[in-house]
Amino acid sequence: MLDDRAVRIIEILKDSFIPLLQAGLVFTVPLALVSFVLGLGLALLTALARISGIKVLEAIARFYVWIVRGTPLMVQLFIIFYGLPKAGIIIDAWPAAVIGFTLNVGAYASETIRAAIQSIPRGQWEAAYSVGMSYPQVLRRIVLPQAARVSVPPLANSFISLVKDTSLAASITLTEMFQIGQRITAATYEPLWVYIEVAFIYLMICTVLSRLQNYLEIRLGKYVIK
Amino acid sequence: MITIKNLYKSFGESEILKGIDLEVKKGETTVIIGPSGSGKTTLLRCINLLEIPTRGTIHVGQKTLTFGEGSDPTQRDIIELRKNTGMVFQGFHLFPHMTTLDNVMEGQVTVLKRSKEEAREKGLGLLEKVGLKEKSSAYPYQLSGGQQQRVAIARAMAMEPAVLLFDEPTSALDPELAAEVLKVMKDLAHEGMTMVVVTHKMSFAQDVAHQAIFVDGGILLEKGSPTQVFKNPRHERTKLFLSMLDD
Repeated sequence: MLDDRAVRIIEILKDSFIPLLQAGLVFTVPLALVSFVLGLGLALLTALARISGIKVLEAIARFYVWIVRGTPLMVQLFIIFYGLPKAGIIIDAWPAAVIGFTLNVGAYASETIRAAIQSIPRGQWEAAYSVGMSYPQVLRRIVLPQAARVSVPPLANSFISLVKDTSLAASITLTEMFQIGQRITAATYEPLWVYIEVAFIYLMICTVLSRLQNYLEIRLGKYVIK
Repeated sequence: MITIKNLYKSFGESEILKGIDLEVKKGETTVIIGPSGSGKTTLLRCINLLEIPTRGTIHVGQKTLTFGEGSDPTQRDIIELRKNTGMVFQGFHLFPHMTTLDNVMEGQVTVLKRSKEEAREKGLGLLEKVGLKEKSSAYPYQLSGGQQQRVAIARAMAMEPAVLLFDEPTSALDPELAAEVLKVMKDLAHEGMTMVVVTHKMSFAQDVAHQAIFVDGGILLEKGSPTQVFKNPRHERTKLFLSMLDD
């Protein structure tokens, strides 16, 4: 009896592995990647606005971070996907998810980037200014490269969180990995094993990302004492 | 080369510089001495506008900027003036993410828009001059303090500034390392580099300075040749301060 069940479960896991992995590689990873890259851009702009010394920009940046951090990601996605159509703005599930995740990354990562920029000693700015560099030149050539090194571990945290948070996109009808998992579960009535399998694929993806983080830390850290 | 007229600088309520007048001739070395909090570092930092004066006029090379009279200089003016000056800091402040050579090339490429080849050639030449050509691919953390400071001098020189400013360049170094930095500075002075040096190294001042000034309480209390200022100071305050220096 038990053998029959075990055989059935193995069969289900085997059959579902490829569709799940495919959903992971086709939806989850690209969704996370696109949102993260766009989010980082937004985060950098937000961080620069926060330290610009220009009151209006600072207030806008602060307001944006306040809203995004103070509300659940799921609620934000619902507002974008289910709510905005009522205001005449209809967005497909995929762009809606990208917008939601981008705004989220932008807010959280902006604080990371701001802290990293502010951790670079004043003397670095002064040394760069003293050779005649302008503010954008100092940022690009001196401060951001050093801030990048400091930001890798916390930003990798954000990215890994994001990969897992993309599962929330299932709730706005996006057929990413978790939703495929739900469908398979509905068809097979094996939630325990199927969801463990889903979890396992998330774990694999995140393991690769952790490796990438290590690589980046080593690459960007070659100029510091080990 | 440098002319400073009626220079005032306040931080909030406290007035750090109270009307400084100073002239530095081309090819000459001026040494600034004074107790902590006297304003000597602020004075130096005003020359390349790391501190923006509250009032007064600063003339460096071809550039004259006036502060506190309605229209303050623009960012562009400030950058132009900085291109005429080089600065060496107490804490070195090399760019830690760049090799020694890249540190010396950075300003040349980014600010002066020199080609990489030209900047590299010039950079290697300067590193050789400060005795560190063989360290050109080392990162700052791999260098001693004295070596880092010599790279910092090369970095400043690479911009071919009209004047080099030194802010207590040896006070973070032990005597041996300080000596190697002072030697480089002496060589520069003898080659006719215009320099303004905040330091307490009396022997250096005696050897190379053409002019010495003593600043106290934001006022230029004493000005003259090093011998005049160190041997025959006019103010009691200067005598007291000099008597406490052991070098």
